[in-house]
Parts: sequence; C-alpha cells; structure tokens
Amino acid sequence: MSYALRTSLLIGPLLLFLGVCYFLPFLGIVGWSVTLPEPGLTQYHSALSDPLVHSVVLRTLRICLAVTLVSVVAAYVIALVWVRGTPIQRLLVELCILIPFWISVLTRAFGWLALLSNRGLINEWLQAIGIISAPLTLVRNEFGVIVGMAHFLIPFAVFPLAAAMRNVDERALLAARGMGARRSRVFWQVFVPMTGPGIIGAALIVFVFALGFFVTPAILGGGRSVMLAELIYLRIFQSPNWGLAAAISVLLMTGVGMFLVALLKSIAPRTDR
Amino acid sequence: MTLLGPSGSGKTTLLMILGGFEPVSAGRLFLDGRDVTGQPAETRGFGMMFQGYALFPHMTVAQNIAFPLKVQRRSGADIKQRVAQMIEMVGLEGHGHKRPAALSGGQQQRVALARALAYAPPVLLLDEPFSALDRNLRGQMQDEMRRLHRETGTTFVFVTHDQTEALALSSRIAIFESGRLQQVATPRDVYEHPRNQFVAEFLGDINILPVLDARQDGGHVTARFEASLLRVAATAGAPGGKLAIRPEHMRIAREKPAAGNAIQARVVDHIYMGAETQLLLETPGGQALTLNVATAQVSGHITDNASLWVTWPEERGVFL
Repeated sequence: MSYALRTSLLIGPLLLFLGVCYFLPFLGIVGWSVTLPEPGLTQYHSALSDPLVHSVVLRTLRICLAVTLVSVVAAYVIALVWVRGTPIQRLLVELCILIPFWISVLTRAFGWLALLSNRGLINEWLQAIGIISAPLTLVRNEFGVIVGMAHFLIPFAVFPLAAAMRNVDERALLAARGMGARRSRVFWQVFVPMTGPGIIGAALIVFVFALGFFVTPAILGGGRSVMLAELIYLRIFQSPNWGLAAAISVLLMTGVGMFLVALLKSIAPRTDR
Repeated sequence: MTLLGPSGSGKTTLLMILGGFEPVSAGRLFLDGRDVTGQPAETRGFGMMFQGYALFPHMTVAQNIAFPLKVQRRSGADIKQRVAQMIEMVGLEGHGHKRPAALSGGQQQRVALARALAYAPPVLLLDEPFSALDRNLRGQMQDEMRRLHRETGTTFVFVTHDQTEALALSSRIAIFESGRLQQVATPRDVYEHPRNQFVAEFLGDINILPVLDARQDGGHVTARFEASLLRVAATAGAPGGKLAIRPEHMRIAREKPAAGNAIQARVVDHIYMGAETQLLLETPGGQALTLNVATAQVSGHITDNASLWVTWPEERGVFL
C-alpha cells in the first residue's frame, strides 16, 4: 500500500465527517441565503445596508475586542502564576482552570446573573456596606456580557500562554538582569515579547470563539446587547426571515475565515525565519 | 582567570555567585576591596555570557547589543555609535538587522560577546562559551577572545572543562573538584607543579610512581623505586610517597645510562598517533607508564615486549 493511500485512508474518515456534518449543511445555508424568499443577492444587499445589522456587527466587534483584552490579560497573570509560582500556587491555579470546564455555559451564565443582577449578591453587599445607594447596572448590558464571556474564555487563553512561558529561556532573563535591567524592565522588554507568539495565539482563539457566542450574551445581555449569533437566532425564530439569517451567517463565516487566514499569514513568515 | 574542573565540580555555581545570580550560603565577596556579597545581579554590572548565549530571540543583533546601553539610559546617538563599534569589533558587519535565529552558532556567540562587552563591564563572566562550537570555529573564537581580552583590558572569568582551552587562554587557572578549590596558579605552574594528584592527573598525561624512603640528601632528594635509586631536585615539593613525571620529559634508552634517573621497563603496546607514537610500558614491579616519542625516532628496538630504560632529568620529577 503506498504512503499516499495509507495517509488518505487515515485522514479520510475525518474529512468525510467534516464534509457531511459541516460543509454540506453550510452549503445548504449558502443555498438559502440566495434563494429565500426569491433567488438573487437581495438578502446580502439588505444585510449589508441594514443599520440594525451594522450596529450589531459593531457591538459584536467591540464586545469581542474587550473580551479578548480582558481574557488575555487575566489569563497572562494566571499562566504566570501557574508556570512560575510555588507548588501550592500551581495546584490552586490548576484547580481554578479545570473546575470551570466541568460546569456548563448555561449554569455559569445564570451564576453571573445571580451575582450581578440588581438584587444580586454584589449589589446587595455594596448597598449593605453603604458604598452605593442605588443598585449598579452590572447585567443586561455590555458589561455583563463581557464579564460572562471573559470568564468562559480565560481558560482557553491560559494554555497557549503557559506553553509560551515554559519555552522562555531562563538564561535570557538572567542575562537581562546581569546587564543591569530591573525586574520590571526584564518583564516588559524581555519576558513579554518572548511570549509574543503565545499572546497572539491566545488572542486569536478567544476572539474567534467570542465572535460566535450565543448563550452567554443572550442571558447576560438580556436582549439589549444583541450580538451577531443572537441576531441570527432572532431572524430565524422570532421574525422569520431565514434568507437574511442565512446571509448574515455566511458573512460571519467568511469574515472569520478571512481574519484567520490573514492572521496565520502574518505569523507564518516569522516562525520559519 | 579560568575556572577549570570536571562537570559537577562547582565552577558554574561559583560563576553564578560571582554574577550575583545565586545567593551565597557562607563567605563574602569583594570587588576591588568593596563588599558586594548581598548586591543583586542588576546592580553589580558584571558582563555575563551564558552557556547557549541567552540572546533575546525577539530582538535583532543590533537591538540585542543595544539592550544594556538602553538600560543605562545612554543617548540614542551614543548607543548607535557604540553598537556599530561592537558589531565591527566582533566582525559581524552587515548582520546587525538579523535575528539570532538567522545566525550560525559562531555568529550567535559573537553577538553574545559583543552584548556582554558593550557597556564595558569591569568583569566579564563566561560560562563554557565554546562548548557548542565545532573544533575549527572554537580555535578561531579562542584567538578572537584573546584579542578582545587584550584590547578591552577587562577581567575575564571563564568556566570550562576543557583543559587545553584553559591552558591556552588563561593568565591564571583555578582548578575545582567536587566543590573544592584544588589549586590556583598560572597555567605553567599548575601544569609543571601540580599541588596534588587530582590536579596532576586532570591536566594532561602524567606518570605517577610510588616511591619509598624519600629523603633530603645534600642539594637534592633521593627516593627508591623498585630497584632504582631516583634523584629529585630539592625544589620539587615536600618529599612524599608519590613522584610525578610528565611523559614528554621522559626519554627512552637501550642501555642503562651511566648517570641520572633510569628505570627499567618492558614495552606492552605502542599506539601510532601520526607525529607521535604512544608507548605503554610496564616496569618489572608491574607499574604502568605511558610516554610519547616522535614517530621518526621509533626504530627497530621498540617492539612489543622489548626491554628498555626510561630516563628523565632530575628537575622534572615532582612530589605530590
């Protein structure tokens, strides 16, 4: 059996699965987008000219960027403790990363609702202590959505960051100190840049994940901070316009795809240099 | 100054302590009479070249060399000029814009050297700087290192386990074994007057004969080895039970010479090594000896099992 044949036999089932379960349905969506309610590109035209879609796209990008920033910064600190902390700190961090994986997105979103709502724990406590007199609006807005999404996505950012930190040559840090650099300079000018590929990887994972988020923004946004995925859902189930929903889906897919290709291309030449 | 010793003998640890990267458990450290024991690495201002060079992979060659200068907040023009000067000094013109990953091992080593010397540190610490280089490149870099040492006038403290390197490069050698300092002296002194058996055997080949009845006798010392009475110069250390002679000082003779040190031995094996031939000998009492003779002088009488005499001048023997 030739090498090419053996490889294709091994990879074949995966390609078949992806083709049947993802690519064919996607073609179906593309089909809807150009045939419902009538053949043509009218749905794309209305998707691209609809001010509602525009504002949702802008809000989605804004929320996703904020979530990416918050998640990567938080994950960087967590990964730093995980990689360079004492054994007990490491164990604690490991537990804090693993436990959220056992709890569903839905449960966590409702958990945040219980914590952040007007009559939730945080507002009750702050009022009880007397720091605030009226409850803060922590949920049913973009703030709540960002908190909930970042909480879900932080662990996904920790892994690439921790891997990058483990690859940092300890001696380069010692060398920087030996040349008179104080710890803060060693951290910002040597350690952080050396983990750069990990930061890009983590940001990419979080951002792409965040673009398609549905459950968390739907619950914590309370219908006011609608993101793209929720808009598609609304166009299918509440004001049925499947053609428009399909067109937005195809645009989202294409946008994410192009974004990924551009990023991979910008990273690729640096890795083989 | 070279710290020399087998691996695990504590030389890198001492270097890390000198650099301030490792805390001292006991003792004090002085720089020109000033106590620097508790001073952290970043304020000590020593240059350090790590094993594997520890270059910053995200910076270009020029940025790597500029790093310590930026730390010192020098002006942009000053930094630019100094970086150009260092790049020229280590012969890397035209490579300034490249990242370390695009350079060969020898070039990376030069960058590390340039970076460590850029801010003219009072002391440069080097941890096995040549271990990752192939033989030819190593020789070339050693020459370069000697030139830089002369030109910069900086004190170099250099760790190695390679004795030839240590002898060739150092003004002084400190020999380590299992965390203990065995001897500190010039290369010639440690080689010709080793203080103990470890130092003697660690540097080059040496023949050590167990001798009896060593005693002062007029202007020299006499001692008995098997059937021979040996004479040793009085300057050869305190008379003891072990007499060491470097193989290159030993000569062979067919007949017992009329005077001087001579012991009888039998050829066990000879190993052809190009310009020289190494002879493995054994005395009647079973003591093994090695010595090298020029291959051109090896003639018919040096065959396996041939019996001959080994001689050496009395001032070449050293008591351990």
